[in-house]
Parts: sequence; C-alpha cells; structure tokens
Amino acid sequence: MAQMQLDAAALPLAQPRRMSFAFLGVVPFFVFAVMFLLWPTAFLMVGSFQDADGHFTLENIYRLSEPTILNAYKISIEISVASALLGAIFGFFLAAAVVLGGLPRWLRPTLMTFCGVASNFAGLPLAFAFLATLGRTGLVTLLLRDFVGFDLYATGFNVLSFTGLTLTYLYFQIPLMVLILTPALDGLKREWREAAEVLGATSWQYWRHVAIPVLWPSFLGTTLLLFANSFGAVATAYGLTGSSLNIVPILLYAQSRGDVLHNPNLGYALALGMIVITGLSNGAYIWLRARGERWLK
Amino acid sequence: MKRSRLGPWLAMAIGTAYFLIPLIATFEFSLRMKRGEYSLEAYRVVLADPRFQASFGYSTLIAIATILMGVLLIVPTAYWIELKLRNLRPLVEFITLLPLVIPAIVIVFGYLHTYNSSSWIPLIATPRGTDLLLTFGYMTLALPYMYRAVDTGLRSIDVRTLTEAAESLGAGWGTILFKVIFPNVRVAVLSGAFLTFAIVIGEFTLASLLDRPAFGPYLQLVGANRAYEPSALAIVAFVVTWACMGLIQIFGRDRRATMAGR
Amino acid sequence: MKFLEIENLRKVYGAQVGVQHFDIAVERGEFISFLGPSGCGKTTTLRMVAGFEQPSAGSIRIDGRDVVGLRPNQRNIGMVFQSYALFPNMTVAQNVAFGLKIAKRPDAEIKPRVAEMLQMIKLPQLGDRFPYQLSGGQQQRVALARALAGSPQLLLLDEPLSALDAKIRASLRSEIRDLQRKLGITTIYVTHDQEEALAMSDRIVVMSEGRIEQLGTPFEIYNRPRTRFVASFVGTLNILRGKVIDPAKGVVRVDEQDIRLDQQIPNAAPGEMRAIALRPEAVTLGETRPDRNAMKGTIEEVSFLGAIVRIKVRFKDNLISLDTFNSSASPPPRRGDSATVTFAPADLQVLEGVEG
Repeated sequence: MAQMQLDAAALPLAQPRRMSFAFLGVVPFFVFAVMFLLWPTAFLMVGSFQDADGHFTLENIYRLSEPTILNAYKISIEISVASALLGAIFGFFLAAAVVLGGLPRWLRPTLMTFCGVASNFAGLPLAFAFLATLGRTGLVTLLLRDFVGFDLYATGFNVLSFTGLTLTYLYFQIPLMVLILTPALDGLKREWREAAEVLGATSWQYWRHVAIPVLWPSFLGTTLLLFANSFGAVATAYGLTGSSLNIVPILLYAQSRGDVLHNPNLGYALALGMIVITGLSNGAYIWLRARGERWLK
Repeated sequence: MKRSRLGPWLAMAIGTAYFLIPLIATFEFSLRMKRGEYSLEAYRVVLADPRFQASFGYSTLIAIATILMGVLLIVPTAYWIELKLRNLRPLVEFITLLPLVIPAIVIVFGYLHTYNSSSWIPLIATPRGTDLLLTFGYMTLALPYMYRAVDTGLRSIDVRTLTEAAESLGAGWGTILFKVIFPNVRVAVLSGAFLTFAIVIGEFTLASLLDRPAFGPYLQLVGANRAYEPSALAIVAFVVTWACMGLIQIFGRDRRATMAGR
Repeated sequence: MKFLEIENLRKVYGAQVGVQHFDIAVERGEFISFLGPSGCGKTTTLRMVAGFEQPSAGSIRIDGRDVVGLRPNQRNIGMVFQSYALFPNMTVAQNVAFGLKIAKRPDAEIKPRVAEMLQMIKLPQLGDRFPYQLSGGQQQRVALARALAGSPQLLLLDEPLSALDAKIRASLRSEIRDLQRKLGITTIYVTHDQEEALAMSDRIVVMSEGRIEQLGTPFEIYNRPRTRFVASFVGTLNILRGKVIDPAKGVVRVDEQDIRLDQQIPNAAPGEMRAIALRPEAVTLGETRPDRNAMKGTIEEVSFLGAIVRIKVRFKDNLISLDTFNSSASPPPRRGDSATVTFAPADLQVLEGVEG
C-alpha cells in the first residue's frame, strides 16, 4: 500500500520562469483532481460549517459531541489503535525475524509476496473468511469445542465484536507493517551492531541504544499509517457486523444511504472529523518517515 | 557468533498460523454445503449464479475502464511534469497522495452531494452517468498507486534524453508518447494496473453507495443471505488478488531480467 | 612473549578455505598492516581478532590472554570500519561517549574524556552535530575517537580510508599514524592500497588466497619481494624471466644476455626459469660500468609524465621500464633508438618458485 517513497520535505514551489503554454499539458490532471477529489471534499468541509440555509455555524461541529457520534468516534479510535498497535508489534517481530533472524533465505520472498496479497485482501471477502474461521460454526470455533473442549463463545467472544473486528483488521495490518518496515530493518547496518559490540555493548544494549532509536520513527510512523488505514475502512466492518457496530465509517455509510442523523450538515461534520483524524495521522507519518530516512541515508 | 534462532522461528510459526488458518477454515467451510460430505457445491452454485456472472463482469469492465482512463490521464501528466514542469512535482505528488488520507467513504459521500440530480453536473441522474462517476471514483482511489508506479518507471529512464533523441529523429508528440514513452514504462504501468484491478474488483463502499450492480455489493448480498457461498466467494476473491500480485511479481522480474541483459 | 600472538590460525567455510597457516607475533605499540587484494583473507583475519568470526583452528593471544571464544565486547578492542559505522541517532559526543557509558564510567569522567578525544581529532566544536551533518573524513575521525575513547589495548582498522577522496585519504593517513605513535597503541591496519601500507606501517603482512605471502618492514617488502605476487602487488616492478646459469655464483641469462646477482640463488638448479624483480628507479640508461649489469635493447615507448619520463626498453621477450628525471638539457631518446640499460647486482631479487 503506502510503501511508496514520500518526498515529504516538499520542495518550495519555484517561481515559474516562463510558463508559456507548457502548463496546458497538466490541465486534464488538475481538472480531474478538482472535480473528483478536491471539490467534493471541500464541499463537505464547507458544509460542516453551514446550517440548512447555508449560513455559517459551528453548531454541526458542536453536535459531534452527541453521545452516539462521540461514542462512534471512541469505538473507531479504540479499534484503530488496537489493530494498529498489535499489527505494528507483530509485524515488527515478523519483519525482524525474516530480516535479522537468520532464517532460510526462501522465507523472505515468500513472506513478502504473501504480505503483498494479504495487505490488499480486505473488505467483504476478508470478513467472510473470519466468519468462517471464528464465527459460531467456524472451523476454529468447532475444533476448539470438539477437540480441546473449549467453548470460545462461552467466554463472551464474538467475531462480530470489538475483539473480532480487531483480530480481522490485523489480517491486513500486519502485512502492511511487514512491507513498510522491512526496508527500514534492512537499513540497520551490520557495522552498527559490530561497532557497539566491540565498544563493550551486549546485544540488548545495542538494541536499546542504537537499533530501537533508529527504527523508532519508522515504527511509530507506520503505526500511524495503520491507524488511518483501519480508521477509514468500511467494507470489512460492514461485512462482519452489518450495521450493528457503531463506528464512524459505518455511521457515515448509513448517513450516506439515508440521512440517519436527520441533518445533512451534521453528516458533513462527521466526514470532516474523519478527514482531520486520518489527515493528522498521515501527516505525522510523513514527518516521522522523513526523520527516519534522514538517519538511514 | 551463533545466536538462538528460536525467537525468529516462533514469530514465523505464529505468523504462518495466523495467516493460513483463516484461509484453511474458509476453504473448509466452503466445502460443507452438502450435509455430511465435502463437495464443491458452493462453488458450483456461486459460479452458476447469473448475478455472480453479471456483477463480476460489470466490475471487470469498470476495472478495465478505470485502468485505461487512469493510464491515459496519468502517464502523460507524469511525463509532462518530468519533462517540462518539474517545479509542479511536489504539488502533484501531494494531490496523488490525498486519496490515502481522505477515506473512500468520505470521497463518495462528497460525490453523492456534488453530482446528484439537482447539481450542475447531474452524473448520478442516469445509470451511464453513475457508471462514469464510479469509474472516476476508482481512478481517484487508484491514483496513489498508479501515479507512484508510473513516476518510478519514468524516473528510471532518462525521459529528457529519450524525448530529445526522438525529436531529433523527427518524431512528433504523439509518436514520442505512444512509441517511446509508453513502451518504456510498460512494466510500471502494468504493475499499477494489476494493483488497481485488485483494489477495484471487490470494492464495496463506492459501488454500494452509488448503487451500481458491482461485485462488491453482490458479495454483501450473498454474505447477508447465504451460509456457505460467501466462503466460496472469499476463496475466489483471494485467488483473484493472489493472481494480480503474482502477475505484478512476474512482470517485475521480467524487467529486472531485461535490465540485466542490457 | 609478544603483545599479540596469532598461531596457526585457520578459517574454513564449508569446503572453502578463508585463512590458513597464519602465524604472526606483534610487538606492543607496533603498527602492522595486512595488505592484499579483496578476498585474500585479511579482513577475515581481522574479524577473528575482533571476535566477529570464530577461527576453525589456531590461537589468538592478546597480552598473554587467549581470546578465542571471548565475545567481542569482552576483548577491550577499538575498531574502525570502512563505512564509519557511527550511530546515526547519536551526536558526535554521544558516539564518542558510547563505550564509556556502556562501561558505566561516571559522568564526571566521561565528559572531559570526550572533550579530550574531540580535541585530539581536531573537531572540538562539532560535539553536538549528528553524523549525517559531517563529511566522510570528519565521520571517520569521529569513529577513530570513539574507538580510542575507552583506551583499548588493541586498535583494529578495517580499510578506514577506502571510502574517502584521495586528498583526505593522504592527510588522514598521517593523522592516524601520528595519533597511533603518540598513544603507543598496538594497531592492525587492513588495506588493499600498497601505498598506504608502505607509508604507515612498521611491518606489513602481504596476503594472498588466505596465506601470508611475506612479512616484513616496508623497506624489505618493497626492495626484497620474495614472491612474484608480492613483487607485482606491492610495486610497479619490472619482472624479468631468466634462465639460471650458475646458482652458486648468482648468474642468470635474460634474453641471451648474462646478468649477475649479488647473492646465491637458493634451491635452484641450472637451466630452471626464474622470475627476477627489478625496480624502475634502480635502472639507468647508458654509461656501462664494470660493477653494474648492462643489457642492450631498443626503446619501445617514451611517456612524458612531467617531472619524470618513463621509458620502456624492449629486449627479445622481456621489457624493462625505467624512470628518468626530465631535464631540459637532455631531451629524451626516441622510439626505435637502440639503448643500453644498467643496474646494480644488488637491486636484483630472484623470486621464489620456478617459472613455467
């Protein structure tokens, strides 16, 4: 997904010396971007600050603190934080195992290919897969019941719940982490470890003083990316829980279908809230990534 | 010095289990349709379902349209930026990254309000118009991947020199673009195309909110009403994704091979 | 007992031999270079001394203590890497302080020590910079300060100058050597650059294919190369092929002209073909004298290199290249002229091994 290089330190836009008619070549692109990306988004952003008659108001922003909406944001953020953190940690161990663990060579390309697939295997099919695995008649549920004598659902577990959704999101979060973090781990030079060792450091001291600080920006940045990634996901949650789980993307989906909030402008504010949250975490990701790359040059 | 390999193996084992068990479980589940025996009945039912064929066909068509229009929009733009308007690159890059920041649900929510039947451009008023809007929407979602792939491809060849060489040989702009630039970024475009296909084919949010008979909404319908067919569909979708990624890898490897051979 | 003793060191990777029959004894305070082409085993040997690789056989004793089996962090060694290997997340001062911190020295001791080290490498004002803000030469000096901060008993340098520009290389070369003398620290220096090794070392170990080819002072290595490999690797030497006429008197025949040596030819039988090394600067043109060998040939090439004119003289099969100083009074000879070259018997060195 976002394993692309982000040239974060956006160069200052140099003054066009002699634009002539060269700019005509990019007109189609800008027209497209304005029509299908910028304008619809701007429309929502402006709409969040308007009442039904088009007058300026902060009412919609204020009403985001209504219990239903606030709760939706809360659950959304909780799920996203949980799946991002767990995905980041497991993804890190998996990437570290394959880069630094001294495992057989063929494992690495195999894992990377699989991660490429799994990070794009989201949405409804993924929901179906987890229903078939951990649903009431799912394979794992049945195997646990029949062979281990452990009734998963008696513990209060439900794949249609917070835990279930988090566990499902991990299926694309972990691979994404592996894909983005592997180059960062490759950037750890063997000489750093050796220099640390020869200066008297133990393996743990090397990790504590060198490797972890060096990886930290990449790790944290990617975690933020994972957060945004699950925060905006609709299809997986919808496929798994229908509209039973009150999270922001589902609420916005319902609002798009039929104005469940009975106030279009409040719907815009809901969308604005999403943009702000994903925008902030993506922005922080880009910033942290630039920091990490500066070191690893 | 030998370090213990226990930890790495353990991480691999847990990872492998986590990734494979849902696939195995889904496959097992998809075989359970006939009571008391494993069969491919669910696949037979699904594949024979005319709505499956129709929606899969529709999504394939939209995906191809998205790829073609995306390539026609992005390759000339990226080429032109590289050649003449380098100072616009940061702005264009920023725009192409926005779809990663703005969730799809927000984008389509915006569409519903800017292109409804009472707007200046009432695309949603007609089915063909909505198809077009859906395609544009998918182009937007694919923009980060497509642009990145093409841009990387263009940067790896020396666009300016190639263009000047072609110009000095008397080629016109059309010839340069289609005979010189496109062939050289073919591999990059193809990998962007397969990724786009993988994203578009099962996409749910846009198709559902724009109310188009695509594969995503069909999946949702089956998921809500049937027991075993969804698993069969999940396996089919997984195979399609896998095929797209596999094709990207194969074409990528081809490029490395030819580069080395040069 | 010498300070560093390596005996019968051997390293094999599967069926492949990395290093074998490696014996050396290094005095305290000595600067010794391992010189050879890439893959000759010099770095492997250094890494075994550092503890990154385990020898397959043999012993390494530092100051009487056998270190084989000790981890690198137990050996009290300073090491400088080709790629600098500064920790990117730490400032220059933090890098230099790293070893002291790990050793849990008190802050009151670390601070002045770091300042002293930065002073020593002449970068006292750069303590707060990050490595990526420094030039390559500066980074390598910081790496040197970091390696020396903990007063290690042995300093290992693994091609420390290879990544730098020629100019910085030359200045850093003498800086390293000065520091090493001042601190009196025993040092092993790995390089593939013969000039570096000749300029810096007390002694040089020339290595090829995992073995020691020759061990000696720069003077010995350059003037008395023992093997064809050393002769060709260390200098731009003339190597002549000659037939042994009288091993006891030291007479060989090169392209039908007899030449004398100042010594016997050991382990040689009359009629054998041997290689003879001859440095270009020992050869002069014209003026035969009874105490010098003389050979008649034809000028094949004259290259004007500024202060020096390099002349190649062709004999039947052999070629001798010689350097003369450029002088406006006497223009250089022309191609095709016949010429006589002379050289002293003492400047000839018969190399080991029979030529095919």
